[in-house]
Amino acid sequence: MPYTEELKQLIKRVEATRMARVERKRRGEEYPLLSLEERQERLRKYHPDFIEGARREIRVGPNKGYAISPEIADLLEARSRIDPDKVDLSRIDYETEVLILGGGGAGTAAALLAQEHGAKVILATKLRHGDANTMMAEGGIQAASKGTKDSPYFHYLDVMGGGHFRNVPELARTLVMDAPKVLAWLEDLGCMFSKAEDGRLKSLHGGGTCRRRMHYAADITGTEIMRTLRDEGKNRAGDITVLEFVPAVELILTERGHCGGALLYNLETEEYLLVKARAIVMATGGSGRLHIQDFMTTNHYGATGDGLVLGYRAGVKVSFLHTVQYHPTGAVFPEQAEGLLITEKFRGAGANILNIDGEQFVNEREPRDVESASFIRECTEVGKGISTPSGKMGVWLDSPMIEILKGPGTVQKEFPGKSILFKRYGIDISREPMLVYPTLHYQNGGLEITAECETTIPGLYAAGEVSGGVHGENRLMGNSLLDIAVFGRIAGKNAAVYAREKAQDGKLTLDHVRDHHKALEAAGIQTDLISPMLLPDYSNPEVRKKQLTTRFQGTLR
Amino acid sequence: MGAGKKKKETPNQSELIPIFVLGKKYDVPVSLTIQKAMEYAGYQWIRGCGCRGGICGACGTVYRFPDSYKIEVGLACQTVVQPNMYITQIPFFPAIKKTYDLETLTPTLEALVKLYPETLRCLQCNVCTKSCPMDIQVMDYMAAAMRGDIARVAELSFDCVMCGLCASRCPAEICQYNVAILARRLYGKFIAPRAEHLRAAVKQIEEGHYDSMIENLIKASEDELKRLYTKREIEPEEADEMWTPKDTSCL
Repeated sequence: MPYTEELKQLIKRVEATRMARVERKRRGEEYPLLSLEERQERLRKYHPDFIEGARREIRVGPNKGYAISPEIADLLEARSRIDPDKVDLSRIDYETEVLILGGGGAGTAAALLAQEHGAKVILATKLRHGDANTMMAEGGIQAASKGTKDSPYFHYLDVMGGGHFRNVPELARTLVMDAPKVLAWLEDLGCMFSKAEDGRLKSLHGGGTCRRRMHYAADITGTEIMRTLRDEGKNRAGDITVLEFVPAVELILTERGHCGGALLYNLETEEYLLVKARAIVMATGGSGRLHIQDFMTTNHYGATGDGLVLGYRAGVKVSFLHTVQYHPTGAVFPEQAEGLLITEKFRGAGANILNIDGEQFVNEREPRDVESASFIRECTEVGKGISTPSGKMGVWLDSPMIEILKGPGTVQKEFPGKSILFKRYGIDISREPMLVYPTLHYQNGGLEITAECETTIPGLYAAGEVSGGVHGENRLMGNSLLDIAVFGRIAGKNAAVYAREKAQDGKLTLDHVRDHHKALEAAGIQTDLISPMLLPDYSNPEVRKKQLTTRFQGTLR
Repeated sequence: MGAGKKKKETPNQSELIPIFVLGKKYDVPVSLTIQKAMEYAGYQWIRGCGCRGGICGACGTVYRFPDSYKIEVGLACQTVVQPNMYITQIPFFPAIKKTYDLETLTPTLEALVKLYPETLRCLQCNVCTKSCPMDIQVMDYMAAAMRGDIARVAELSFDCVMCGLCASRCPAEICQYNVAILARRLYGKFIAPRAEHLRAAVKQIEEGHYDSMIENLIKASEDELKRLYTKREIEPEEADEMWTPKDTSCL
């Protein structure tokens, strides 16, 4: 629906200050950035990670005592979907050299590289190949590609500063040093990046960047990368077998504690299928659909943190799960679009953030956590948020400024995806600002990996959002598409090499699942919760009460 | 907190309207999308639900109103329910996808037609365009494909989410979206000017130009890192492409 009369009146206040703000921007006068100390203070006071009850200690497993979001801790402390005694490990349904769990950007990049290194690959994914947060990433992909003004040195500093200097340095180094290489790789695969006539990649700032190094493909950068990788995966169908709608529900180890395979679950026939694999790449993505603290999310339907559960149960430690990323600009109007990602690229292109009076209260390019905390502060303590008809709060993102700064037609040209989406609701974002509020966006942490994507289990690799450490306590825009490409490739290559050169056959076992159940009992945890969750349940509670023959825990029957 | 920002997908109870899911009637709140309305009715999606944000193409949906001859289309996650709509989803429609080695192709009509000869069967009926939930001029890009204008196909089809609704309704049985992605990849690889600066950056990195700089940052204390971070020069937002920093020692 278009803006209500009341909101249209408020938009006039935004319009009243617009030209003066444009003039200031043209003169290079920006709203002051917060100092490092001010950032910390703002986070402590207003970021959701720091509110009472935001974290609790995990009571079992390799990170016992580590405090993280209760929503994730609950899943790590849940029981397996299967009774290990009922699984016949001698009846093998598939056998492969490399098994990839997850069909998003990291998984598909891994599949391509594993294949190039001579492996036969099975890629198993919960939904369709490509249904992943990669597909939804909009704004861009960072790379220090222009040597006259930028270098991996500055990219590294930005990554570390964004992550509050907690990032694992070796992972951050790999991320920035491989960046130009993976962009060249994607270009060679035919990705249509936005370019100047001489071929130079267009580039913008993102929150927390000191150089404009955000490269992009209009406002559907992730879609362009994902659909290209998927197409290339299909071209190699002889070596890469894709299994859709079959999520993994447990890892299988060998007696020596090495990677042995995985148990998959066919969502439609409800069969459990055993895959024996010499190496595995865990690339199952993030967990926005857990709705931490009841926040709305930008994540795709399958983002339920499955890989964390599988890895943790098999003994892999997790890190950096004590922070969660809230994207500052999720749509709050119209109601149908609530939670939807409004790319940071709008702010990178110059759009201000404004309160109900049309005034700036924060620089639009603070790192995401600081930006989000500032929105929350404005809408709560300061009390200058804008109320929506459905009772939510938001602040303005002044997209029409971009038309003035960069020329008429820029919004349609640079943001075709969002333009059409809002047009469907009768809102022209080249003329009217958008109402936004922080939304659950990214799992900063995850399974611990080395810069070679190894986990502590020989033969088990991890890459992308399921892993932790690359981004420290807060990821910068444009570094997740980079992450999935850089580490997906490394994981795929290393898994293929391991499968060929190092993997040893061994008797398969699910003892780690038995041990997990014993640990739950020993810790006095009584739960009927099972994990991985696989799918969120949004059915009407009134209907659910009448669903007497199903327990509706995910898809468990 | 407070502020009422939150909430999951659970809708507010409001005015209910009838919709027909595969012919069966359900009463659902008036403000919901088709996707959320079916969840409200008790469905849990397995197929036909992906990003929930209008970009993945998992939830292509066709519907019709009782008194209308017209078949309407939309993405279930984007289309708001209307009274008496008869809904069915097309989450998967069989498609032809040829495999190829991009390296060996040329960006020409011959390459397209060799892989997808049915392209030339296009009747110019425009049903594909009418079926596109992304408002893409599908018939126009197919016309460009028949002319061998790869760049035009790439440009016109850029917003394609590959939902397959065009292919589901094409009387010439063409799978337009797979022709389109082939054209886009040919364009991206062979026609668009190459980003030479990327190769230059790769070369610098591979020659070890930055190794010691990064090594020093890794070794630096947190205080030193913070100092370097705080004093780093910020490229002005409105700077032109040729802007260079004052300190070029770490380039």
